[in-house]
Amino acid sequence: MQTSFTPEQLADPHVAESEKILRRCVHCGFCTATCPTYVTLGNELDSPRGRIYLIKDMLENGRAADEEVVTHIDRCLSCLACVTTCPSGVDYMHLVDHARIHIEKTYRRPLMDRLIRDLLAAVLPYPARFRTAVVLAKLGRPFAPLLKRVSALKPLGAMLDLAPASIARPSDAATPGRPVPQAESRGRVAILSGCAQPVLDPGINEATLRLLSRFGVEVVVPEGEGCCGALVHHMGREEPALDFARRNVDVWIREIDNGGLDAIIVTASGCGTTIKDYGHMLRLDPAYAEKAAKVSALARDITEYLSTLDLPKLEPKGLNVAYHSACSMQHGQKITLAPKNLLKAAGFTVRDPAEGHLCCGSAGTYNILQPEISAQLKARKVRNIEATKADVIATGNIGCITQIATGTAIPILHTVELLDWAYGGPEPQKLSAR
Amino acid sequence: MSEAIEFLPPRPEVLSRRAAIVADLADLLPAECVIHEARELVPFETDAFISYRRLPLAVVLPKTTAQVAAVMKYCYRYGIPVVPRGAGTSLSGGAIPQEDAIVLGLSKMSRILEVDYANRTATVQAGVTNLSISEAVGVDGFFYAPDPSSQLACTIGGNIGMNSGGAHCLKYGVTTNNLLGVKMVLVDGTVVDLGGKHLDSAGYDLLGLVCGSEGQLGIVAEATVRLIAKPEGARPVLFGFETSEEAGACVTDIIGSGIIPVAIEFMDKPAIEICEAFAHAGYPLDVGALLIVEVEGSEAEMDATLAGIVEIARRHGVKTVRESQSATEAALIWKGRKSAFGATGRIADYICMDGTVPLGKLSYVLKKTSEITDSFGLRVANVFHAGDGNMHPLILFNANDPEDAARAEAAGNEILKLCVDAGGCLTGEHGVGIEKRDLMRHQYSDADLAQQMAVRSAFDEGWILNPSKVFPLDGRPAA
Repeated sequence: MQTSFTPEQLADPHVAESEKILRRCVHCGFCTATCPTYVTLGNELDSPRGRIYLIKDMLENGRAADEEVVTHIDRCLSCLACVTTCPSGVDYMHLVDHARIHIEKTYRRPLMDRLIRDLLAAVLPYPARFRTAVVLAKLGRPFAPLLKRVSALKPLGAMLDLAPASIARPSDAATPGRPVPQAESRGRVAILSGCAQPVLDPGINEATLRLLSRFGVEVVVPEGEGCCGALVHHMGREEPALDFARRNVDVWIREIDNGGLDAIIVTASGCGTTIKDYGHMLRLDPAYAEKAAKVSALARDITEYLSTLDLPKLEPKGLNVAYHSACSMQHGQKITLAPKNLLKAAGFTVRDPAEGHLCCGSAGTYNILQPEISAQLKARKVRNIEATKADVIATGNIGCITQIATGTAIPILHTVELLDWAYGGPEPQKLSAR
Repeated sequence: MSEAIEFLPPRPEVLSRRAAIVADLADLLPAECVIHEARELVPFETDAFISYRRLPLAVVLPKTTAQVAAVMKYCYRYGIPVVPRGAGTSLSGGAIPQEDAIVLGLSKMSRILEVDYANRTATVQAGVTNLSISEAVGVDGFFYAPDPSSQLACTIGGNIGMNSGGAHCLKYGVTTNNLLGVKMVLVDGTVVDLGGKHLDSAGYDLLGLVCGSEGQLGIVAEATVRLIAKPEGARPVLFGFETSEEAGACVTDIIGSGIIPVAIEFMDKPAIEICEAFAHAGYPLDVGALLIVEVEGSEAEMDATLAGIVEIARRHGVKTVRESQSATEAALIWKGRKSAFGATGRIADYICMDGTVPLGKLSYVLKKTSEITDSFGLRVANVFHAGDGNMHPLILFNANDPEDAARAEAAGNEILKLCVDAGGCLTGEHGVGIEKRDLMRHQYSDADLAQQMAVRSAFDEGWILNPSKVFPLDGRPAA
């Protein structure tokens, strides 16, 4: 569509990029139909097309963000269903990224909102702090209903609800810096340890290590890596996000230089989407642009990598698995068939829940910051999953696992945990406990 | 922004009461259903006919028919224009508002109210999307036939307003042939039921009048539509030709031979390249024109119909014939076709024409269309419903170049006049909106238009419903 930016505005590389993105949009409206918030709220302002228009108006007029615009951008899950739907190839992801940065720079949020965001940014990306917070949250849980009665404190209530009732011991095997037993190597990969996942569910990366080792892949867990930066990135906090990215790039480049890497394995698709975008995020940093692009090119979701290994086909198990495709998997990384094909080859019967394109409402910190919309999406997702009458749910993202687990009694596991079990690993505890 | 098409000047008595109107609407509806902040009105200033834009006075998003009625009663009392909006996917500007108008959006009314297989009907709120009806009844072997390319997003209310068509309308007819009843809010807030679950009603066929009335006779709040049993099987087949003329002549002969496939869709070379790049549907890239012909029924029935079509295509020098081999492939073939307009956005801005011509004139009009766009120095891509002669030339231009935009508009007008002169009409399924409003005199005599306007006045004497659309601004009855 038509845009109107001055040459001075276009001198800003962020604006220049957004202008290009906006020019692609033909305002056809297809995106509205698959947007979870539009489907839930029925207001075009809470749809991709509405947000694109709000962002365009704000940027063209060189205006600071205001309450109205922030409200509707904040409601965006960044699920990227619109990107899958868009026939015109509008790069909504980078447009909304820019809008969030612009909001963070030009808009002063109400005090409580600011504090909660600061708290999330200071705790979640750091495993040790997050672990402590989860323990404290357990103690605070009785206060959740009280908090949820006060509008500004609802996010705190939502946070307490999400904290796991019990906390797992940190994994020995999957801890950064630990050498991993060598098998006869058919490949060498690094695995992202990350931030929240090892606290909430260390079993996922343990299963990944076992499975890869069993098939002869050497796995390194390099010291010094951490949060991919997605958490603060989605809050529009550009510099901290880039710092996280640079740190990880340094670690993996070091590993590439010492021994080489065939892939950087990511077991949380939310992180995968971000790491695959490092090349773009750091494109304006001459010291990092090339290295970041190299890292992004090596990043693989675990199911993408496993698909290259030709795992043997196993006998049917008679276990029905509802496969929930995380938004970051299907829309962010466009990985749709690989996880299901792996599960089928391993003998599971895979069922597709209806409305599979719709987000479960987890979306990073969305379930904390937008608890009401998130709860509606969760209920809808659980309804669709339970309608498949599956025995177990498989998915590829820790956020979805935490979110959906609070809404259903059907056990939910990471795809790789089921695969590890099928190929000789221990039965996942969530299944044996049934 | 284009300026060639004028809107009615805003009513000063409405503009001056803006604050009071917003306050009154806030009393009538829940808070989340009234939008009035300046920033939040901007996204409602246009639809998919994006070269024209006007900010509305306010937007309301009622949740119930009673709320629609309350808004209409209020607007009628104070003479406030109302522009209905479904999903805002109109390609003719049907949902573009104006400064003194309330946009009445039906997007929160998106429930399927009843499915009645015994009577083969579904009753839905007007904001339900076209595709979601077929999705809801698909598991039970039924579907709703009209399938505009925007069916993923467009609403049944908008379909009724524009009497929308789609690829499969060749066999099953357009919206009016699949609509059995509506619950409509009249301009003064009265709620009436037209039609029902039966095929015909006593008295005048007001339902037929309402379908295609572009939101000017009332606000459709609910609709009862016909459901059709899904065929045993369906198979889209690709026919590649050297030239558009050969493909066009082939379509004429298929229909003339008495064979009615479910759909015959046409793409010229530029359109094939655009759609293939998006959908990877396996369209042949070495041909000058492509027909997607879908046949349906039992295997034997499909084979027999197809044999007849292949024979005719051979006579017209068909280069390639390829049947879809799987459901996935068939879905991709349709995905490419249905995304054609949006996918065009990858290479240029465009305006989409909607003229319909007699089938015998297809090749002639295609040739003339190229001549027209050439003479304006513009590119064109053709992708359309060939079986019923409903053409969609996409005129490519650069929206950031005002002269280019003006040329594209002028070329579009010439193409539409060409369609009328060839014995066709201005619009096959997109409606008149504002886009074709000023060409209506090319289609109709003053006497024809006066009759249509008299009907409109009978429903809406003050002309407050979608007032800038359909009829040229001069020559309207004095308010």
